[in-house]
Amino acid sequence: MQRFVILLAALLALAPAPLAPAWAQDTLLNVSYDPTRELYRAVNDAFAKAYQAESGRRVAIRTSHGGSGAQARAVLDGLEADVVTLAVASDIDAIAAKGLLAKNWATRLPDDSTPFTSTIVLLVRAGNPKQVKDWPDLIRPGIAVITPNPKTSGGARWNYLAALAWAMRQPGATEASGEEFLRKLFANVPVLDTGARGATNTFVQRGMGDVLIAWENEAMLAQQELGPGKFDVVYPSLSIRAEPPVAVVDSVVDKRGSRAAAEAYLRFLYTKPAQEIAARNHYRPRDTEVAARHAAEFPAIPMVGITEFGGWDKAQAAHFADGGVFDRIFAKGR
Amino acid sequence: MTLAWVGLLVVLPLAALVARPWELGMHGVVASLTQPRVLAALRLSFGMALGAAALNLVLGGLVAWVLVRTRFPGRRLADALVDLPFALPTAVSGIALTTLYAPNGWLGGLAAPFGLSIAYARPGIFIALLFVGLPYMVRAIQPVLHDLPGDVEEAASTLGATHWQIVTRVILPAIAPAAVVGFAMAFARAVGEYGSVIFIAGNMPNRTEIAPLLIVIRLEQLDYAGAAALALAMLALSFLILAALNLLQRRLRRHLA
Repeated sequence: MQRFVILLAALLALAPAPLAPAWAQDTLLNVSYDPTRELYRAVNDAFAKAYQAESGRRVAIRTSHGGSGAQARAVLDGLEADVVTLAVASDIDAIAAKGLLAKNWATRLPDDSTPFTSTIVLLVRAGNPKQVKDWPDLIRPGIAVITPNPKTSGGARWNYLAALAWAMRQPGATEASGEEFLRKLFANVPVLDTGARGATNTFVQRGMGDVLIAWENEAMLAQQELGPGKFDVVYPSLSIRAEPPVAVVDSVVDKRGSRAAAEAYLRFLYTKPAQEIAARNHYRPRDTEVAARHAAEFPAIPMVGITEFGGWDKAQAAHFADGGVFDRIFAKGR
Repeated sequence: MTLAWVGLLVVLPLAALVARPWELGMHGVVASLTQPRVLAALRLSFGMALGAAALNLVLGGLVAWVLVRTRFPGRRLADALVDLPFALPTAVSGIALTTLYAPNGWLGGLAAPFGLSIAYARPGIFIALLFVGLPYMVRAIQPVLHDLPGDVEEAASTLGATHWQIVTRVILPAIAPAAVVGFAMAFARAVGEYGSVIFIAGNMPNRTEIAPLLIVIRLEQLDYAGAAALALAMLALSFLILAALNLLQRRLRRHLA
């Protein structure tokens, strides 16, 4: 009996935090999209320190990454995300549509709840052997283009819309000519990965394709860290302002009692230290002072916003829903 | 008791699947299954799975015969290696095969100068399905060959049978029922294979998009009913093929007895 008590005491001493609420630490789960691994690793460390200094409470943040659409579905299926930081607003809208968070989530934080932005660029092999300079080069015969599947990847939807934005700004452009441009572009795509990071791997590790359409941050990461000197970033003549939004998931934080920490976490993203981290991870900061400091790294190129396509609701329904333009592209002429 | 377990483990999830698609209505289910992209994916999945299982009949049969009838150094190791595709996580198989067969990989690099692509094209899918199906065939045939005494082959030989006659008149009839079982298992595994194939397939709609991937894509678009409809179609097709194979196997066994 005595031995049993000693064993029990030993077990209790070893027990993890949840069994011992007196030393509780807050935990947060951030469900994010594919290429934000490096960004949130740095942000989480900085936030944990700032939060402890401010509130005296310890906080541990876990992040989960994957294709933006798949992540949204995981949250809908019951993954208890305190915050979602996804690639496109329509993925958070899909979660809001099921009542997990308020429909007006985008208005709860500054800048439509997008603490930093990015854009879509072209990554080519060093020296640009195929002379890919702008969007029309992507539909030349013999050019292989790598981009993920817009049905599953948020980044791929930005890629698709950036290409379409260029096509629609050409003289005499019509909806038919835009669709034709996309059809030719996707005829040059040999592999459709399900997420942006998968597409980067296909381009970088497998040596597939002449050009990767990618988030600016992903392209710079590939250029600087995955294969230094092996790739060049090409800025097209027109691109899209990609705005990956963030939101607190109301139903989860209210159930877990983690609202204060979750809201502090998202507000932290707008502070100068977090904006600096974002800039170093190649996301375009919102903060004008931080942006000015990093201006040389982020060339100013003409960009359209998602409003060009009537907002995410319309773009999603017209292009990426079943029977939309993307499905039509693949139904025709193959 | 057995019935209760089978009911709980097999029938219940399947019942949930069968119930799901009908919220689209009969018309909706038919419409969602007859899209050209869906038909192409089903053709690809079933065609490739049947083809790979058929080639595995030959390859698996040869491997089993060599493992049972011959003695060579490293035979036990080779015997153990056959199970590797069972044990590897499918994603690992897929990534390994892709590394090997991509245009910049060891084997893919040899084919690339001839304009042949293996990874990100149909041959890549076929190779992945061949890889995951092989152990089923070997393990189905091996025990039967083991129980067929070597003297039977020798006796046939002394009686003047040619090699070809020995194979077609002595060995094949004996292993045929087991080979059908192996074929059925290799096929069943291949048709539902997801993890290893998506890495090597290229995943282009109408060309290299397998039906299980299309199910996942539909799920990610929150089209649960459409995903269930496709799953149900795959289930029905697989069931028909497996039932036919089962029937064939029984016939062969009766013939043998």
